[in-house]
Amino acid sequence: MTLLTVERDSPQHRRLKLAGFALLALAAVLVPFFFGPFRVSQFTLALIYAIAVLGLNLLVGYSGQISLGHGAFFALGAYTGAILLDKTGVPHLLTIPAAAAVCFLAGLALGLPALRLRGLYLALVTLAIAIATPVLIKRFDGLTGGSQGIAVPQPTAPEALGLANDQFLYFLTLVVAAPVFWLAAGMVRRDVGRALIAMRDDETAAKTMGVHLASFKTRAFGLSAAYAGIAGALFVFANGFVAPESFTLVVSFSFLAAVVVGGLATVAGALFGALFIVFVPVWSSDVNEALSGVIYGATLIVCMYVFRSGIMGLMRSAFARLVEVKGSTTGRIDDEVDKVAVADAGDRAGAGAGSVRP
Amino acid sequence: MERFVQLVIDGIAIGSIYGALALALVLIFRSTGIVNFSQGEMAMFSTFIAWGLVEGGLPLGVALLLAFVLSFVGGMAVERVLIRPVEGADQLTILIVTLGLFILINSAAGWIWGFENRSFPRALPGGTADVGGIRVAYESLGIVAVLLAVSGLLFLLFQRTKLGLAMRAAAANPASSRLVGISVGRTLMIGWGLAALLGALAGVLVAPQLFLDVNLMGGVLVYSFAAATLGGFDSPKGAIIGGWTIGVAETLAGDYIDFIGSDLTILVPLAIIFVVLLVRPNGLFGSPEVVRA
Amino acid sequence: MLVTVLALVPAACGRDDEGGGGGGGDGAAADPGITDKEIKLGGSYPFSGPASAYGIIGEGAKAHFDFVNEKGGVDGRKISFETLDDGYEPPRALQNARRLIQQEKVFALFNTLGTPNNLAIWDYVNQQKVPHLFVATGASDWGKDIDAHPYTIGWQPNYVTEAKVYADFLKKEKPNAKVAVLYQNDGFGKDLLGGFEDAIGGSGVKVVDKEPYNVTDPTVSAQVGRLARSGADTFLNITTPKFSAQAIATIAKTDWKPLHILNNVGASKTLVLKPVGFENAKGIVSTQYFKDPEDPQWADDAAMKEYRDALKKHSPKSNPDDPFNMYGWTAAQTMVKALEAMEEPTRESLMEAVRNLDLDIGTMLPGNKIQTSPDDGYPIEAMQIMEFDGENWKLQGELIQAEAQ
Repeated sequence: MTLLTVERDSPQHRRLKLAGFALLALAAVLVPFFFGPFRVSQFTLALIYAIAVLGLNLLVGYSGQISLGHGAFFALGAYTGAILLDKTGVPHLLTIPAAAAVCFLAGLALGLPALRLRGLYLALVTLAIAIATPVLIKRFDGLTGGSQGIAVPQPTAPEALGLANDQFLYFLTLVVAAPVFWLAAGMVRRDVGRALIAMRDDETAAKTMGVHLASFKTRAFGLSAAYAGIAGALFVFANGFVAPESFTLVVSFSFLAAVVVGGLATVAGALFGALFIVFVPVWSSDVNEALSGVIYGATLIVCMYVFRSGIMGLMRSAFARLVEVKGSTTGRIDDEVDKVAVADAGDRAGAGAGSVRP
Repeated sequence: MERFVQLVIDGIAIGSIYGALALALVLIFRSTGIVNFSQGEMAMFSTFIAWGLVEGGLPLGVALLLAFVLSFVGGMAVERVLIRPVEGADQLTILIVTLGLFILINSAAGWIWGFENRSFPRALPGGTADVGGIRVAYESLGIVAVLLAVSGLLFLLFQRTKLGLAMRAAAANPASSRLVGISVGRTLMIGWGLAALLGALAGVLVAPQLFLDVNLMGGVLVYSFAAATLGGFDSPKGAIIGGWTIGVAETLAGDYIDFIGSDLTILVPLAIIFVVLLVRPNGLFGSPEVVRA
Repeated sequence: MLVTVLALVPAACGRDDEGGGGGGGDGAAADPGITDKEIKLGGSYPFSGPASAYGIIGEGAKAHFDFVNEKGGVDGRKISFETLDDGYEPPRALQNARRLIQQEKVFALFNTLGTPNNLAIWDYVNQQKVPHLFVATGASDWGKDIDAHPYTIGWQPNYVTEAKVYADFLKKEKPNAKVAVLYQNDGFGKDLLGGFEDAIGGSGVKVVDKEPYNVTDPTVSAQVGRLARSGADTFLNITTPKFSAQAIATIAKTDWKPLHILNNVGASKTLVLKPVGFENAKGIVSTQYFKDPEDPQWADDAAMKEYRDALKKHSPKSNPDDPFNMYGWTAAQTMVKALEAMEEPTRESLMEAVRNLDLDIGTMLPGNKIQTSPDDGYPIEAMQIMEFDGENWKLQGELIQAEAQ
């Protein structure tokens, strides 16, 4: 039952979108004042993970490269931040761009050989990297503190703001997350949109632009790693401690699960995916401690049946029932991107694993 | 020289462990086109079932057979109930389902049987042969023999039987297969059932020396993936040779390369996967992919 | 989007004061987590993941608290022990600590397991002035600098103490031993190895080869193979049960017959020696500090009987022969005694009691007291050597005091 019908891009439509964002922003800002410190710290963690998940979505959803090793970049960012805080006196905020830069370079470095690997094989290589991560951290213990880990002071709220520490940390994270998401949304519309349409409309022609595609894919790797790095640095703020055991395979699995549960090739999906991986394990543990893994695994599986295109897909179709957006959609990059991205993302991500054999 | 030979023998012994699970991975891939991340956990679960049957008083042979049958049925059930609903979906969704299965089966095993490690009775003879200073465990020889036999059977299955042909067709092109009358659903179920059975076999072969607990296959999985990649994901004999190669490479590297030492051996399969995929993506024995432009 | 936020409102508990321990400092009111009827304790254990075997410790502890509650509790207060799973991941342990302290408002944290997990939370817990008691790890950190983390205290003999016991044993029995070491590549393994190397410094005992392994490795056969070829005549086995079993089994397949020293964590008859076969374990040396449930000499011991009966009643699925259950039970007993010694229902008072313990607990080895003082942050510092005779562990000699400092 359609509540409302608007013309695409009409002032009404724009106002509706604006209202939506405003509500979201309001909710986000009010959170730390309505919830206790523990709950706020959970939301902060969700925001941090959302940044990492967004990065992974750029890689998996939009450029079709499966990575099971996102946790490795997350760890790299976290340790970069922690080592800087521990060994030099840099202010907390500076560790964020530092971690982003280090991870961007690492991502590029991995992105280059990754061009040669498709689907399943890239997944395996990144899986091995994820497994190797805690081991490597321990090996370079002169720098990383090995198994003892590194403890660093957390950012404290400045007196003037009158906020509790957990609230301050939440806002700090929000202030970093918001532009990051904004940037990603913009990027998706521009670069990715063109590349996707090119690839979809005429593969051969797109292939002749091979250089462009390769650089796009490599950049996607670097960028996704940079996002993970930012998340990693924020993670250090939230925990005040890093150890090899903080970055096991579970982290990489969780990020990937979050990408798919939230919605492949969506920007907002990262937030839902992050909320999923923060709250569902706790909830399943509360239901039954012994069975928590069973419940979590089952929930993940069921989500895949119910939310084929992730939570975002569900919400979009639900929203579409309430608000009908009329108007021509051909040739508009935004919608082309939406249609192509959601439909093709999964297939391309898996291409190479199940191709025709003689 | 003697040390080198011993290392190679040790490498083959441990490589057989990787190859055993790799066979199951190859089978599922060859017959369904899916990479099943929960294959190791399914194998562990089957091994626990066998253990439970032995504890319950059944003689080992009967327990193993029963466990194999149950695993086969279980594998089919998993395909029918859990994988079928997402069959048409993209690879990533299926991957997440298998990841979910991984977590679920691991926890379920812990809940049912506890998290302590326990011994598993040996089906193969114990003891060690000593040939001129080189020691080989009879058990390892036995595992090698079983693997070769299974590999041979799989080859026959895929190349010489109608079922095998149907499986290969269903994996490669389900739509066309249906058109020629192949029951794709049934074929997929059988594929999963067989893979689960192979996994169970792998589990009961390695549990005696690795000791049975819920993390039995967790560490093996990535090595087995590397073995399958090296050998070619659709080649059973490739899985075994791949496993041996990785086992030997790991053992030699651990001994001769100081940087690797004993704790960074995980870098060996990583490096091998990288090199193989860059140089010869289909692995040593895999068939080349043909993609219609 | 808004819907999601609103959906989480039911879980909201409005802003509280981040109280921590400031509340009852003046002695008038009680601190959070303690009332006339109840004492709330919180713990974080790995109930899932690669370290899940250690979760059993939590079961043993709970059984003891149930046992005590059945008899009326402590001063009429029943103990409720809330445990959360952290999968051995430090960030989750921190989340659990926050939840237990801020949301569940526990009186004290008890027996949190794992070195990295406790390192992840001790700054926070001490900041909140919440007692962080009897942590389940043998790292030496917990007693090194009491002033830096006054609310944290360990329990078991730490790994450095244990290593000293082995070193002293070798210096006496085999003064020129050539030792090969297998160790777990984490805090536990490195701590013990480091302690051992320090303790043998300057003596004729030498480490000729050391090989690490990761808990994610499928097997340690390669490492043991290397150690067997190192020419050593003594083997120091610093492993956790599954890997201890693998190591012993691998050695049995070679012709290497070293003096085998197995660390306390891996010395369980049920978990390690039975699976490998008792005949392969003959002659292995280890240490112990509490009464082993499988040692027949304690079969009629009153404390042991009490433990078995209570476990059967309150945790029937648990295996009383599993030493992890005994560990949890005995640690919980220490906690109860500390609560009994606590004079006022405040955290400060509890810490007062915790820092002045002198206990004789029935399930500890005879004479092995649990003692603390404001300068001594190591409750248990004595262990006794035991040797496996093919059937049972036989205690040898006397309790050896090995001060950690």
